[in-house]
Amino acid sequence: MCTQKPPNDYSKQLYERYKEALDDYIKSVVVPSLKGKHGEFLLRELVGRWKNHKVMVRWLSRFFHYLDRYYVSRKLLLPLNELGQSCFHDLVFKELKTTLTLTLIDMIDAEREGQLIDRALVKDVIDIYVEIGWGSLGLYEGDFEQDFLNSTTDYYSKKAQAWIVEDSCPEYLLKAEECLQKEKERVGHYLHSKTETKLLEDSLLELISRRAEQILNKENSGCRVLLLDGKTEDLSRMCRLFSRVEDGLFQLSKVFKEHVNEEGMSLLKSATDAANSKNERKEIVGALDQDFVRKVIELHDKQQSYVINCFQNNTVFHKAIKEAFEIICNKEVAGCTSAESLATFCDNILRKGGSEKLGDEALEETLEKVVTILTYISDRDLFVEFHRKKLGKRLLFDKSVNDEHERSLLSKLKQYFGGQLTSKMEGMLGDMTRARDQQANFDEYMSQITESNPRVDFSVTVLTAGRWPTYKSSNINLPSEMIKCVEAFKNYYDSKEKCKKLSWLYSMGNCNIVAKFDTKPIELIVTTYQAALLLLFNGADRLSYSEIVTQLNLPDDDALRLLHSLSCAKYKILNKEPLNRTISPNDIFLFNHKFTDKMRRIKVPLPPTDEKKKVVEDVNKDRRFSIDAAIVRIMKSRKVMGHQQLVVECVEQLSRMFKPDVKLIKRRIEDLISREYLERDLETTNSYRYLA
Amino acid sequence: MRRSSKKSSSSAPAGEEQVNEKQNRKRKGVSTNLTSRKAQRGQTKAVSKEVERIDQLFYTYADSSSGMVDPEGIETLCSHLEVPHTDVRILMLAWKMGCEKQGYITLDEWRSGLKTLRADSISKLKKAFPEMVQEVTRPSNFQDFYPFAFRYCLTEDKKKCIEIPVACELLNLVLSLQFRPQVDKLMDYLKYQNDYKVINMDQWMGFLRFCNEIIFPSLDNYDPDQAWPLILDNFVEWLRANKN
Repeated sequence: MCTQKPPNDYSKQLYERYKEALDDYIKSVVVPSLKGKHGEFLLRELVGRWKNHKVMVRWLSRFFHYLDRYYVSRKLLLPLNELGQSCFHDLVFKELKTTLTLTLIDMIDAEREGQLIDRALVKDVIDIYVEIGWGSLGLYEGDFEQDFLNSTTDYYSKKAQAWIVEDSCPEYLLKAEECLQKEKERVGHYLHSKTETKLLEDSLLELISRRAEQILNKENSGCRVLLLDGKTEDLSRMCRLFSRVEDGLFQLSKVFKEHVNEEGMSLLKSATDAANSKNERKEIVGALDQDFVRKVIELHDKQQSYVINCFQNNTVFHKAIKEAFEIICNKEVAGCTSAESLATFCDNILRKGGSEKLGDEALEETLEKVVTILTYISDRDLFVEFHRKKLGKRLLFDKSVNDEHERSLLSKLKQYFGGQLTSKMEGMLGDMTRARDQQANFDEYMSQITESNPRVDFSVTVLTAGRWPTYKSSNINLPSEMIKCVEAFKNYYDSKEKCKKLSWLYSMGNCNIVAKFDTKPIELIVTTYQAALLLLFNGADRLSYSEIVTQLNLPDDDALRLLHSLSCAKYKILNKEPLNRTISPNDIFLFNHKFTDKMRRIKVPLPPTDEKKKVVEDVNKDRRFSIDAAIVRIMKSRKVMGHQQLVVECVEQLSRMFKPDVKLIKRRIEDLISREYLERDLETTNSYRYLA
Repeated sequence: MRRSSKKSSSSAPAGEEQVNEKQNRKRKGVSTNLTSRKAQRGQTKAVSKEVERIDQLFYTYADSSSGMVDPEGIETLCSHLEVPHTDVRILMLAWKMGCEKQGYITLDEWRSGLKTLRADSISKLKKAFPEMVQEVTRPSNFQDFYPFAFRYCLTEDKKKCIEIPVACELLNLVLSLQFRPQVDKLMDYLKYQNDYKVINMDQWMGFLRFCNEIIFPSLDNYDPDQAWPLILDNFVEWLRANKN
């Protein structure tokens, strides 16, 4: 019929009859069978009919394949199977699609509620949507997907509203995560994969985005509570969920930052309160100080672990920690800046007999943490200065636990903050090593000289000036034995280093002397000054205050401290008349023959003077120089610069060491103007010009 | 008195107005449009006469040993002028003369000053004062007079600052006519604060800039982030804090 030439070509009619036949069939059989059916029955019937239809169309189009090959392609008509499908679509599907969609959605909702539904059926029906759309998803999206997504949104919106009120935050999050998981599975079971992203997005929107505020701030179980209670799993879940939502992490990080801030503030407050209530004894305040530092470190560790373990190590959270700690670490506690507290803390762990005894590894770890805390402190130069002073004491009195640890701390500081801060201290360590090496040579020299040999074990540490803190020392009259030692070393040193000058710091030395008491001789470990004082009693049993002062050539404040340490402190090496606890210029001192102690060797400590004020003064002085240098450097390279710009650049250049006060910068600029390094620029207002 | 042609001196210092006709007639020195030699001779004679009178006047006040007018002489001068010697006009006169050392006037300074004022007697000098005040307060001249006043008060050679009480007095003298309220407040503040014990030239100039540029007493357009001297930042802070 088709191969004939026209007018015997019945292709057209064939084609049309084909369509008619299908239409008739559908109208007569399929449609009635679907009428009157509802819900799942409708679906089942439809699926069945569609299967039949597909089979029919396939065989029919095979029969009439010839049409397909020639007529259809020539006339650019719909191929037979497509034609068949379109019949089904026009007559059946179009009518039923809204009902279908509703039914489907109902079923899905039922499944969400936990009921079991016929997943295969749903999949089949959805496949119809896809197949009927001739492979494109137009129908699927238009007729099904959109409504489905809308209903999902409604569903979760209602659910979320209910849940957020009833459930605690972790429970809510658990449910939310489960729902999302189920939706994902749903896509796998019967939805088209393309729906997945949109579905999850919409669900997340409803469950998390819209309720973010409420979730985070839920009373008794919100984010803050979780952080306080250390509920890492819940927090991880929260982070996972929030990270999938726009701005979610940012909101979470805000709450986190508030939490860290509050924790820090409460730490500060408790430290200040404790210090205020116990403000009598200095040692207790000192201990509280150290407590504070330790607690800050602990807090930091805890928050860091949250960020690493729960918050996916995300930069937003690291930033939150940084900002919060910068505030905490720059506040003073009980009159002590955190820079000073931190330096004392380091001293304690690096010192022999310090309050902290840590093993090597633990010590290294703690030092690492100290440096981390230091990154939050803006007055780093203050820390360095305190540390340098304490390092000096440790080195000179041989109190350092381990040279290695000292060096490791310095190298860490150098790594983070540059060599400028650490060069002096490295020099100090270098001096100590050199001194130890030199000592061997000196001992050899001493063994060779016979007449001027003082026959006393004597060691000298030569310090390079400028690297070490300035130490006060006065020209006290040393006993003759010590003078001999000093002379011997002077000769030795002069023979080795021709052009270097030695200034002797007797105040920093120490001495072991044996005191012969009535009961037994005891070795006393004392400072050089104390030793010199005690040796006076070799010549006289009784000495008055003024005699002591004159014979030793001591300044008064030193004399007071020395005498107090020997007569009114723990070990009464000297007896004092009158018998009270204060030294006055009218006192008389006697050697206490009757003194004894169960140990053979005791240390008689000399309490140090308070250097805090001096350190702060020195740092302030250095800062003025640094600011001046920075200003001149900047102006020299730029020649002319506006005021605000100059201030900004100055602050930036100095930020590694400290945060300069803007007013101080202004003052230094004015000083430089009066010293004629700069002048105010006459052409541009608010600008300065460099004067060569 | 020499009778001479009523010639207005065309090359007189710019901006000076002829107030006194009599003085005008006597003015000869700087005229350049000379026509006859006779007139020339006449004029130079007049000039030299004037110079003589000025010099003579100088020597009545000068101290014979030093050859300069010393503080005592200045006091006498002031009493003759009937002006207190702490009056701003004496300071202005010093500026006119270009005096370098406070309390002393050299012959050259005297000569140049009185010549520009066209005065060769005390009465003429006194009459020149109002014009002189007007001249000095003109902004262009004031910019020069103001730092001069500061430098004039520096007592020792190398010193670059003046003490606070002296600065206050000087401010009062120099600025109070134009900026009374600012000067009052500034004086109060300078006496109250103790960050600074002396004022240097940079700060001194800052005061003038402040009075000229900043709306007072609202202080609305003062911005401490600009290059104002720190003492003024503190002053404004203090003013704002004590507004109530």
